[in-house]
Amino acid sequence: MGQTTQQQRAGSTPGRTPAADPVALLRTMMEIRRFEEKCAEMYAKGRIKGFLHLYIGQEAVGTGTIAALRPDDYIVSHYREHGHALARGLEPRRVMAELFGRETGVSGGRGGSMHLFDVEKSFLGGYAIVAGHMPLACGLALAEQYKGTDRIAVNFIGDGAVNEGEFHEALNLAAVWKLPVLFVNENNLYGMGTDIRRVSAVVETHKRAQAYGIPAEEVDGMDVRAVHEAASRLAQRVRAGEGPAFIEAKCYRFRGHSMADAEHYRSKEEVERWRRLDPIETLKASLLADHVISEADVEKMQAGAEEMARDAARFAEESAPPPVESLYKNIFKEPRDV
Amino acid sequence: MSELTYREALRQTLRYQLQHDERVFLMGEDIGAYGGSYAVTKGLLSEFGEGRVKDTPIAESVVVGAGIGAAMAGLRPMVELMTINFSLLAIDQIVNNAAKLHYMSNGQIDVPIVIRMAGGAGSQLGAQHSQSFEGWYAHVPGLKVVVPSTPYDAKGLLMTAFEDGNPVIFIEHTALYTMKGEVPDEPYRIPFGKAEVYRAGTDVTLICYSGSLHQGVGAAERLAAEGIECEVLNLRTLRPLDTEAILASVRKTNRAIVIEDDWRFGGFGGEIAAMIQEHAFDDLDAPVLRCSGADVPMPYAGALEQAALPQEAEVVRLVKTMV
Repeated sequence: MGQTTQQQRAGSTPGRTPAADPVALLRTMMEIRRFEEKCAEMYAKGRIKGFLHLYIGQEAVGTGTIAALRPDDYIVSHYREHGHALARGLEPRRVMAELFGRETGVSGGRGGSMHLFDVEKSFLGGYAIVAGHMPLACGLALAEQYKGTDRIAVNFIGDGAVNEGEFHEALNLAAVWKLPVLFVNENNLYGMGTDIRRVSAVVETHKRAQAYGIPAEEVDGMDVRAVHEAASRLAQRVRAGEGPAFIEAKCYRFRGHSMADAEHYRSKEEVERWRRLDPIETLKASLLADHVISEADVEKMQAGAEEMARDAARFAEESAPPPVESLYKNIFKEPRDV
Repeated sequence: MSELTYREALRQTLRYQLQHDERVFLMGEDIGAYGGSYAVTKGLLSEFGEGRVKDTPIAESVVVGAGIGAAMAGLRPMVELMTINFSLLAIDQIVNNAAKLHYMSNGQIDVPIVIRMAGGAGSQLGAQHSQSFEGWYAHVPGLKVVVPSTPYDAKGLLMTAFEDGNPVIFIEHTALYTMKGEVPDEPYRIPFGKAEVYRAGTDVTLICYSGSLHQGVGAAERLAAEGIECEVLNLRTLRPLDTEAILASVRKTNRAIVIEDDWRFGGFGGEIAAMIQEHAFDDLDAPVLRCSGADVPMPYAGALEQAALPQEAEVVRLVKTMV
């Protein structure tokens, strides 16, 4: 390319896909969990406003997938994206500051919980229109195909997205143009409060992707190592120019849809059944049983996560809100002289 | 200088951009092998190849959204939507993504995309193919809305659109594609937000854009024969809007009429009228009037369609009520 692109200016550094390190995966999941619990506390204290969608229960999906990517692969996510942001390495302080609506936030306090952005980390956003971000992931992938790079785009979507027209338009375009996109469907069985079985003619979402000729598979979204394995394998295929791929990660959110959810639509028994599959507890137990880690290691990791969350909240609390005079800033990029 | 049609003028800029900027590519329904529904992109596929001129599925939302995504990654896509009527299928992408990403990301993300579409009526295409939504797009912060009314404007404004660095909704008028006009051979740029005094006058300001410029000019010529001198403003862009040029003209003539194809109720003409009374109330000798499209779904029958569109004769009548 003759011209420097936005992403190249941002200084992305192509790296290699890291091998699965179960201890690192566990640490990331514990950090996400603790961060999200801190968010709930801060919401209760009135520090975080608006909608707040917690990732608790689904940590394995984002953690396992993102660990399988290169740092310069694009991530385009939905509005339950704090976990994806942390797994990608966005600064917890600046993510929390965004939730507090502070100038130091990753989006300068202009985005909020559902709109985290960090271009330098190739984290191209959380989006709040269901499936509305899928065409963007296709476009990012199209741009890399056009430039001739082997960078890929990863698109997290919920199960609610699969009945939107944009889901079908995006899968078709990605397939027919062989775009380097890995779609990761976090199927937590409910679109907000509606059971997928009540609204979807085909509930196995990966079969819908297969209908477009896209390699698609179901994976246990409560098992971070299984997610990592599938994501590594499929990302490699996508990177090799073989077109898009699709993962249906069956998972469960332990908390309500947002903080305003009374959860009348699902039973306590069902929630308890899934909680027994907690991705953090199961991995922890497995690593302890295999003597990969000790109880002391677990305590240390827990303390580290605690300190990270506390530090993030302190930083956010001490940060200033954006000045009101900046209200009209950044509606447009300043045009080049014409 | 050459005499070119509006569509040829547009094509010159597309070709120039493809030749001079590797980041530029075109995509849309039937823009390649077919040559474009209005033949604007005719010949570009064979000249630049499938990598730069992409035929897409009929799936407006993902086509526009993929254009936005490509722009986010540093390319300069031009998406053709065939007609403005189909842009409604992509309105989520345009309004929720293109218009908001620069702001929502605190300036981290740029969206340098040009979305071209044909609007307007007059060819008996019926209610679903004869609409004017420029006012809707101009309503949204974060979008630039361009409405060329001559071959000269078409070439120069499209050049600026490619280089602006923001999402640009570029609305062509279906009735103008065959219109001819003098166009410089060399590339040139017409700035956004600068209206043109297309015809100078002293008695009434006719505020026009896109197709309505020609009703305004026709009416002005008829009125001149009767000794009434209209000033005809060609807005060129609705957002940014050249409020200074509008106010300067109104302060001279003390009377104004907005001419637009769009529906009258809630249309863009109302915004202009409100702006004038807020800033130049004391300069006005008469209420600001509108000569707009009728508030009906566009009928097919020729006589009914013409009755639903702003007409030169109606502009003449309105002017005479004011002077």
